[in-house]
Parts: sequence; structure tokens; C-alpha cells
Amino acid sequence: MKSKLPSLPYLIWMAVFIVVPVGLVLYFAFTTQDGAFTIENISQVGQYTGVLLRSIWLAAVATVICLLIAYPLAFFLSRTRASVQRTFIMLVMLPMWMNFLLRTYAWMTLLENGGLINKFLGFFGLGPVQMINTSGAVVLGMVYNYLPFMILPLHSIMVKIENTTLEAAQDLGANWFQSFRRVVFPLSLPGVMTGVTMVFVPAISTFIISRMLGGGGNSLIGDIIELQFIGASYNPHMGSAISLVLMVIVLLCMSLFNQFDSSGKEGIYS
Amino acid sequence: MNNKKKMSFGAKFYMVLVYAFLYLPILVLIVYSFNESKSRAVFSGFTFDWYAKLFHNEAIMSALLNSLVVAVIASVAATAIGTLAAVGINAMGRKMRSLVMNFTYLPVINPEIVIGVSLMLLFVFLRFQFGLTTLIIAHITFDVPYVILNVMPKLRQMDAHQVEAARDLGCNPVQAFFKVVIPEIMPGIMSGFLMALTYSFDDFIISHFVAGPTAQTLPLAIYSMTRKKVSPEINALSAVMFAVILSLLVIYNLISARRERNKGRAGR
Repeated sequence: MKSKLPSLPYLIWMAVFIVVPVGLVLYFAFTTQDGAFTIENISQVGQYTGVLLRSIWLAAVATVICLLIAYPLAFFLSRTRASVQRTFIMLVMLPMWMNFLLRTYAWMTLLENGGLINKFLGFFGLGPVQMINTSGAVVLGMVYNYLPFMILPLHSIMVKIENTTLEAAQDLGANWFQSFRRVVFPLSLPGVMTGVTMVFVPAISTFIISRMLGGGGNSLIGDIIELQFIGASYNPHMGSAISLVLMVIVLLCMSLFNQFDSSGKEGIYS
Repeated sequence: MNNKKKMSFGAKFYMVLVYAFLYLPILVLIVYSFNESKSRAVFSGFTFDWYAKLFHNEAIMSALLNSLVVAVIASVAATAIGTLAAVGINAMGRKMRSLVMNFTYLPVINPEIVIGVSLMLLFVFLRFQFGLTTLIIAHITFDVPYVILNVMPKLRQMDAHQVEAARDLGCNPVQAFFKVVIPEIMPGIMSGFLMALTYSFDDFIISHFVAGPTAQTLPLAIYSMTRKKVSPEINALSAVMFAVILSLLVIYNLISARRERNKGRAGR
């Protein structure tokens, strides 16, 4: 009596509002304003190579920093009592529920030339240091906004690593580094992959963080897309072409991560 | 059982640093929300003015109302569509199921900006008037996957014989669904609904492309405020939002802690 029928509304919804729109992006990317086929738009994306590379680079740097900050935190947390964990995980999620525009705005306040950090440095006779409108500020904004996306999946995979497993490794003569490299890290790899994806994808496609913290000089690919749809240079054909390229980059990166993931799994579970 | 050792000093210090990083910016906003001067650099005196201004700000208040309307309608609709979808997908064969699930992951994995512009293209193509309707449609679209992903595991955990038992005892399929399946997967439905609600309420990127010039949600209003040079009302708004979220979380935790205690007692 198992029926597939209940999923019908969803399948229709998905077809109309997910599949057709993505199809439209494809269609617009390969047509001119008159609807004629062209690869002009796609080849025009070449002029944004610099922006694309910057987006990939800044997103990658932010992802690595997130991983480096989140990994020890998630591990320490996973070794504490359940009630402590619950409180501290809630504290990780709390800033996430505050709109990210407000969080980014907070950093604007801090990083400004007359802002708090520069005032603080001034006490020691340092600065002012130009912090806002730099690529460093953009990376900082990314790290701050997406750090919880790294901590949460890492933590949820690490709580599953039993202390007895670690003790076994130690009993068998592994030192701290060996037990990390051969036990903790391989077991945590699925969490690393989830975290990396959850940070990298929004980071590479953001347009707000770069606009608020990066000034005019640090546009990312998201900014370029946004300008083609909303703003002065309205050109949905060009915008679709860039979106398509972004989508392909993201999917390529993801399949790359996933490959890494499955090769890691073989080591533990075989 | 004492294998959960105490944390070392280094670990504690590290945690303090990370949490300071997470909370200092928010704390600064809250402190400055009480600042008399408009400047973000000096603290010249204590005032509640920005709060008063905030609550009299028409644009923000109507944006807040819009946000609530969109989030509630979209998440309720998404919960209904998503729960039914999960039940249907669960009944599919393996191949079909993984195909549909791959499409379900698409809006989760795809960059939000791409979803936003693709929906914008669709609405332009269909000549839809941008406004609350397009916002709600877009929000349902990105909400449904989260409901499905929350309900699916509960369905898989469920004992299929329960439905058969209900049928043997005389339930028709619809009764079996409402009396057996729904109560069983309720926790998944609830967490899916809550996730959808918060995502909807918080969404900026997709809304930015499908709202049009007239229908502002709260994040869109915040965005236009951040474009202005100085607007201390934002600080007040941040403080209010933080207080609301914090109290909701505390209440939620108190309730779930009590429920767990009761469960523990009943089990004994």
C-alpha cells in the first residue's frame, strides 16, 4: 500500500521552481536579447577571470582559516559532558540566528579607520591601520559569518568518536600526533567535508560581505552577478552566463571534495 | 565512566578566545545602541532614544510584519508539501529515490545567489508581479528541502509494520497516515518546520532578487539601512533581535530539559 502519490505536489513544485529556473539560466546564458543562440556571453565571462580567481582564492583562504579555528574547538567540546556541550553548541548557533547583515555591519563598526580597533591601537601609539576595504577584511567577514557552519558538522561527527578508541590508540603506543593523524582525523573526515562545503559555497558566492567590508576594490563574482540583475548594468544574459560558470565551479569543487572524502573512508572502514 | 576528563587550561583558554571572537562584535553593537552620540567612535552618554526611534520607524515595522507573514506562510506550506513528499519518496524504489533526492539537494548545495537569479528569471519570464507572492513562492522553494531532509530519517527509522497493523485493525490509508505515520515522524516535522521558519525569516540573498521594489522584508530593510552612512537604529535593532533570540533559546532549552527529565522519570 506504499504510495508514491503524496510526493506529487512536491515533484510538480520542484519541476516548476527548481528545474525550469535552472533551465532558464542555461537558456539565457546561451542566447542574445533577440533569443538567438550565441556563445558570446560565455566567452565574455573571460573578462572576469581576475574576479573569479579572487573569489576562489578568498573563499579558499576563509575556508582553511575556519577549519583551523573550528577543528580544535569542536574536538575539545566533544570531550566535555553532554550538558556542557549542549550549552556551548547553542552558543555557537546563537550568532548564526542573528541576521548576517547585522553581524557584518558590526565588523564595519570595528574595522573603520576611526573604529574601535584603531582607537584601541591608538592607545599604544599604533596605527591607524587601514583595515576596512581590504581583502583581509573580506576574509575576516567570511570567517566570522561562516565559522558556525564549520564547527557544527565537525562537532557532530566528533562526539561519535569514543574516548575508548583514543585510549586504545594510546595503549597501542601511538603518541598524541599519531593518534590524531591515524585515528581522529580519518574518523572526522566526513565532518570536515561537510564543513568545507558549507563554508566554501556561501563564501565564494557572497556579494554582501565583499560590498560591506571590501569597499569597491574587492568585488567578488557574486557582486558581478548581482549587478547584472539588479542595478545599472542590467543584462540577465551576461548575468546568467556568469551564474552558470559559478555553478559549474561550485559543482566541480564539490565533486573534488567528495572524491577526497570517499578515498578517506576506504582507509577506515575497509 | 569518568572518561570525560576535565579540559586542560590551554583548551579552556582557546575556547574563551573563539567565543570572544564570536560575541565581541555583537556586544559592541549592543553597547553602542545605548550611545547618545550618532558617532560610532565615541560613547558620549546613555540613552534609549534609538529604541524609541526604532519602534516608530514605519519602514522597519512594516518590513517586520512582511517578514513574519512570508516566513509563516512559506514554512507552513513547505512543511505540508515536504512531509507529503518525504512519505512519497520513501515509498519509491531505490533508483527513483536517489534521483529525486539529488534534485532535492540542489537548492541546498547550489549557491543562493544562483537560486535567486534563476527564480527571478522565471518570474520575469512568466510576467509575475514581484511582491509578497513571489517572495512566498521563492521561500517555499528553498524551505521544502530542509523539511524533507528532517522528515526522511524519521520515516526510515519507523517500523513499517505499524502501518500494516493499523490497516489490519481497520484504518483506511488516510487514517493510517494521520493516526500512525504523522505522530511517529512528528519530531522530524517540527524540526523541519522550525528550520524552514528561521531560514525564511533570515533570508536576504534570495529575497533580494525576488522581492521587487515594494515588498520589503526585515533583512532587506536592514540592508538598505546599512547602505546609509550612519544609522544607530541598526544597533538598537541588533540588540532587540539578540534579546529575542536569546530568550527563545533559553525557553526552548528549559522546556526540552524538563521534557527529558520527565521522560527519564517515566522510564524508571
